[in-house]
Amino acid sequence: MRGRVARNVFALGSAGLVVLGIAGCNQSKPEEGGTAPTDLKIVEQVQIDEQGKEIKADQSAAAADPAGDGKATCPPVSIAMAGALNGPDAALGINIKNGVQMAIDKHNAANQGCQVQLKPFDTEGDPQKATAIAPQIVDDQYTIGLVGPAFSGETKATGTVFDQAGLVATTASATNPTLSENGWKTFFRGLANDAVQGPAVANYMKNTLGYKKICVIDDSTDYGLGLASAVRTTLGPVADSGCNISVKKGDKDFSAAVTQVKGASPDAVFFGGYYAEAAPLVQQLKDGGVTATFVSADGTKDPQFVSQAGEASKDAILSCPCGPATGTFADEYKKKFNTDAGTYSAEGYDLGTILVKGIDSGAITRPALLDFVKNYDGQGVARKYQWTPTGELTTNLIWIFKVQ
Amino acid sequence: MIHECVDQYACLAANINFNLEGLRIGFWQLTIDGLSWGAIYALVAVGYTLVFGVLRLINFAHSEIFMLGMFGAYFALDVIMGFTPSGNAYNKGIALTVLYLGIAMLFAMLVSGSAAVGLEFVAYRPLRRRNARSLTFLITAIGASFVMQEFVHFILPHIIKGYGGSNAQQPIILVQPKTQFHIFSATVSNVTIVIIVAALILALLTDYAINRTKFGRGIRAVAQDSTTATLMGVSRERIIMTTFLIGGLLAGAAALLYTLKVPQGIIYSGGFLLGIKAFSAAVLGGIGNLRGALLGGLLLGIMENYGQAVFGTQWRDVVAFVLLVLVLLFRPTGILGESLGKARA
Repeated sequence: MRGRVARNVFALGSAGLVVLGIAGCNQSKPEEGGTAPTDLKIVEQVQIDEQGKEIKADQSAAAADPAGDGKATCPPVSIAMAGALNGPDAALGINIKNGVQMAIDKHNAANQGCQVQLKPFDTEGDPQKATAIAPQIVDDQYTIGLVGPAFSGETKATGTVFDQAGLVATTASATNPTLSENGWKTFFRGLANDAVQGPAVANYMKNTLGYKKICVIDDSTDYGLGLASAVRTTLGPVADSGCNISVKKGDKDFSAAVTQVKGASPDAVFFGGYYAEAAPLVQQLKDGGVTATFVSADGTKDPQFVSQAGEASKDAILSCPCGPATGTFADEYKKKFNTDAGTYSAEGYDLGTILVKGIDSGAITRPALLDFVKNYDGQGVARKYQWTPTGELTTNLIWIFKVQ
Repeated sequence: MIHECVDQYACLAANINFNLEGLRIGFWQLTIDGLSWGAIYALVAVGYTLVFGVLRLINFAHSEIFMLGMFGAYFALDVIMGFTPSGNAYNKGIALTVLYLGIAMLFAMLVSGSAAVGLEFVAYRPLRRRNARSLTFLITAIGASFVMQEFVHFILPHIIKGYGGSNAQQPIILVQPKTQFHIFSATVSNVTIVIIVAALILALLTDYAINRTKFGRGIRAVAQDSTTATLMGVSRERIIMTTFLIGGLLAGAAALLYTLKVPQGIIYSGGFLLGIKAFSAAVLGGIGNLRGALLGGLLLGIMENYGQAVFGTQWRDVVAFVLLVLVLLFRPTGILGESLGKARA
């Protein structure tokens, strides 16, 4: 028996090797007879307000420059950054950290007399870990400003700590609407919140793009379902009740949903969820013969969406409260970190810039810097920054992106 | 990005439907789609059931053997055959496509098969030498599963550039799903045909190997009574190795079929849920029973597809596991009963 098995295995193995050898000789060029790989990109289109109206960006004002006049002097102070720097959600945290880092490095290079240090803290995006880290940030007397925490959950868990310490906490990505309702005097949100995004994208589809029938799909997560519900509410009867579909995060096979959408033949499909599901979904929709425009939001606005879905992602519309990285900012970022600026990098850079500008202006204590941010009014890379007393931006706009 | 609700009530309202009409209308389509999923479950389930039959061990690391098979198939297409990942489908004509898929499948089987045997060698054999208790095996299986997942998650990216890590592999799609013909009201796509045909051939081959060949008899003998089998001159260790090998080979084949269906599914965590489903399928059919695993897989695939039509897509996994519980309530040993050795199956 021993010999038999061994012989069989040997025969099978050598047969396999021969086949592999043949294949190796025939090294095929993928382009010939196949579809050439495309270079689709997520490109910014226009800013919209809550009513879905297109708003022209104000081109007149130049973005604030962290370098300043180069004559600033200050004692050693530091700015903290808190967010997920490791783990599955780290990509966003690193985007923000790099943005802040760039602002501070530019400032320090130009101002020899004022060296600001960046102190990153890894919360892994976890509210419990953030609760343990917040006191460390607050206890460091040199730290007079904070960019973070990155996510809503951790911001909610730690807001009171920063408020009591009087440490200005500017977040580049926490978009839960309730965060500004806690009475925190130190909370500043550097972008529009989710109560704006859902209605804005819904109105944009309904009023500006003129879609008459839309299928709304969610992924059953807090984020996806919350967003999809807001979209459904705003769309009203335009959201077809025959194709209100919930899928599950982690699903990769959407054949049932595709059949349902196909039966409804809508003008557009809105998906509230993340790119990991959006990519197979959009591909299966296209394969199933659905020609409706695919619309999704910030959870899908990731280069991975395009690289996973390929040609099927073409012409997909993605909304995001986050601003695009453009012009010199994008070039410098790419040069410095050897990667394209990602979601929230521009916000991180802008908020970092605002804080170092405060320090340059002589606000080198926590109360002074808090006061500076409270009264700040200026253009950044992503948008204009000016805050209401609760820490929301005075003008809340959503960016529309398109895969092209 | 946020992780909480805009509207708390919207999140609390778990929307469960009861849509029998949807099941009626889509019946044949759901059956066909369910069958193709079931075929994949069935192939993976064989690995669980054979190992359980021979060793009384639930090899929870089998889902990672499957996952490694997906990476193996991807590697074969990417490096050996030189396809550039793009997320777009290639169109090579039927004959060439089948050849490429065949090579990728062989390679996936090679990777999964050697990983399964390697796992047996590294993780389970030393335990058997020391006569460890069955609980120790179970914990080891779970541990091995984590080790393989995290290997692909963290270490593989450093070994082969562009492989593993937190994101799924950029897909290489050889077969664009296209409707070939209709059965009743259902459309049958080329992907479905490939999956069902390939799975059927493999299932028949395996059934033949276990029931009709000499080493199949050896496997059944060890499953039935390993002491007596050893006395009769069957090498237990060799049989165990062969068992893992067969399970691994089939998992590798299933991995390629799965990537046809879900090109975006090649990720370190991609085997987990499928493994649990396949394990359920094995239990459903009667764990330790080869034909039980095949039947259980098909049944689970079809039933959960019906279930998602009735209750809503997000309830698919719930339906699968409720079905498992219900069957076990009335038939604790599964549909076809236990035991690889005793039953004629």
